[in-house]
Amino acid sequence: MAYQPDRSQYPARRPDGLSRHPASRDTSTALCVGSLDIDLASGKYLKLWQGPNHPGITGNMSLELTVCGDEVVEGKTHVGYLHRGFEKLMERRTFIQCFPIVCRICVPEPDFNEYCYAAAVEELAGIQSPERADWIRTLILEMGRINSYLMYLGGQAGAFGLGVIGQWTTYVRDLMLDRFEELSGARIYHMFILPGGVRDGLPDGFEQRMEETLVEIERVMSDVLDVMFRNAVFKKRAVGLGYIDPALIEPYGVTGPPARAAGVAKDVRKDQPYLVYPQLDFEPVTGADSDVYTRADVRRRDLLMSIDLVRQILARMPKEGPLMAKIPNVLHWKIPRGETYIRGECSRGEYGYYLVTDGSGYPRRVNVRGPSYTHAMALMERLIVNCNIADVAGLLVSLHTYPPEIER
Amino acid sequence: MRELYAKLNRLFPLGELTERRSNLAFITLTAEYLRPVLLHLRDREGFSHLVLLTAVDWLEEGQFQLSYLLSDRANGRDIGLRLMLPRDGASMESIHDLWPTAATYQRELREMFGIDFPGSPRINEEFILEGWTDIPPYRRDFDTLKFAQENFVARPGRETWDPARHMKDQLYPDGA
Repeated sequence: MAYQPDRSQYPARRPDGLSRHPASRDTSTALCVGSLDIDLASGKYLKLWQGPNHPGITGNMSLELTVCGDEVVEGKTHVGYLHRGFEKLMERRTFIQCFPIVCRICVPEPDFNEYCYAAAVEELAGIQSPERADWIRTLILEMGRINSYLMYLGGQAGAFGLGVIGQWTTYVRDLMLDRFEELSGARIYHMFILPGGVRDGLPDGFEQRMEETLVEIERVMSDVLDVMFRNAVFKKRAVGLGYIDPALIEPYGVTGPPARAAGVAKDVRKDQPYLVYPQLDFEPVTGADSDVYTRADVRRRDLLMSIDLVRQILARMPKEGPLMAKIPNVLHWKIPRGETYIRGECSRGEYGYYLVTDGSGYPRRVNVRGPSYTHAMALMERLIVNCNIADVAGLLVSLHTYPPEIER
Repeated sequence: MRELYAKLNRLFPLGELTERRSNLAFITLTAEYLRPVLLHLRDREGFSHLVLLTAVDWLEEGQFQLSYLLSDRANGRDIGLRLMLPRDGASMESIHDLWPTAATYQRELREMFGIDFPGSPRINEEFILEGWTDIPPYRRDFDTLKFAQENFVARPGRETWDPARHMKDQLYPDGA
């Protein structure tokens, strides 16, 4: 007997008598191509749901696992538990009204949404942001990257039972949130990058307080290196787990640390430099073994590189100059018909916005390309096969997924 | 990008070229040439990374636009392929055999826009919506306000501000 989901809770017919809208999908298909024909009645297999409420899952998603003993034979990613239709909402809002929406697509690192959307609007509207604003934008993106990596390290260690790392990284992440708060007035959703530039300059004494924060993060990272990366339990669990063959990088659209841990130096900051990255000194961090341990180590070293980048930015950025370009009255802002794609390198890989305008005061279409979309769906479903149930959480966290990017 | 367009145009009949930046261009083409152009770009020109696949609903023109965005990392350039489909019974060839990750995009487009990709793995499996029998929600003719009013109850005692008027009062108090 092939597995069939229980559909008894859903109405079989629409109010107009049709079983479904003619254009909506037909879920009556007996067995979808690509699924294993598993006989649950044989007693050999078991369906196991990891999520949506589960300590071993990242955010609002779940994994439908088919297990044989303690080995996963098939895994399917399910999302949609927090679907708010961000892209659709934006089609009914003016360009400036989209700003409170975009940052909510990624909670731990919202600034990329603000930057990519602002840059896409600027490009289609023919606006150039001032140089000082570009420096501050780069600073914010690197601060967000540090925060995102700190959150990841806690999650990755926690997935293997090392709870204390998360407490340490949460402490220093809080210090960085203090810096965000004094800069933008908000800790999580900053809404600081607007089309045309940024909202404000750096407050007095910001550089000094940022340096103190960076020193504290470095101190904690040195402890994390000892307690997590040199820990025998972490090494035993993470080394060799979740190997991504470099040949899969392009077919599966793998970007960011998972690609760099496989030895492919994919980094948008170098490949297609944006903002002020061409003026900064850095080299993409790469690894060789492409397993969970290497991906964690690549992110740890990338975090240290971001600390260095923040120092470079603060030392070199202009102290004077405009922060906003002149933009039209945002209530009557119409942008000519066109389409563009803007990308950046976020902590998880390539983040991009595809924006289509039609000459009206509203976007025709906004499509968000988050790295989790490819990593947690097609790639995850491939890597999870033959994985031990106990390692599923560690594998999922190693891909650093944020589900709102998938369901948007 | 003009050079690449000229080279491609010698091999395949292509439509309009739109150059957005020096490293980003969009090319219109017809459905029958999509696969050969994708294969050529992937295998001969280095566009090995499928960045995204999405759709745009041009309701007034009765068409869907499918956008395939490819990236060539070595040369730092991107190309977008635009393809127009009639909205009624929209269906397109699947490219999951070229990029396995395309199956996810196609499954989402099937659910959100009602565009079919016959043969794509798990194409009819639910992606985000469960038990959805209404019009595919990302189509322009799906009325989000009507849906919200029919399915959700307003909480009594809540004050609602018209966003446009509120912004006008905040940003341009003297009138604009």
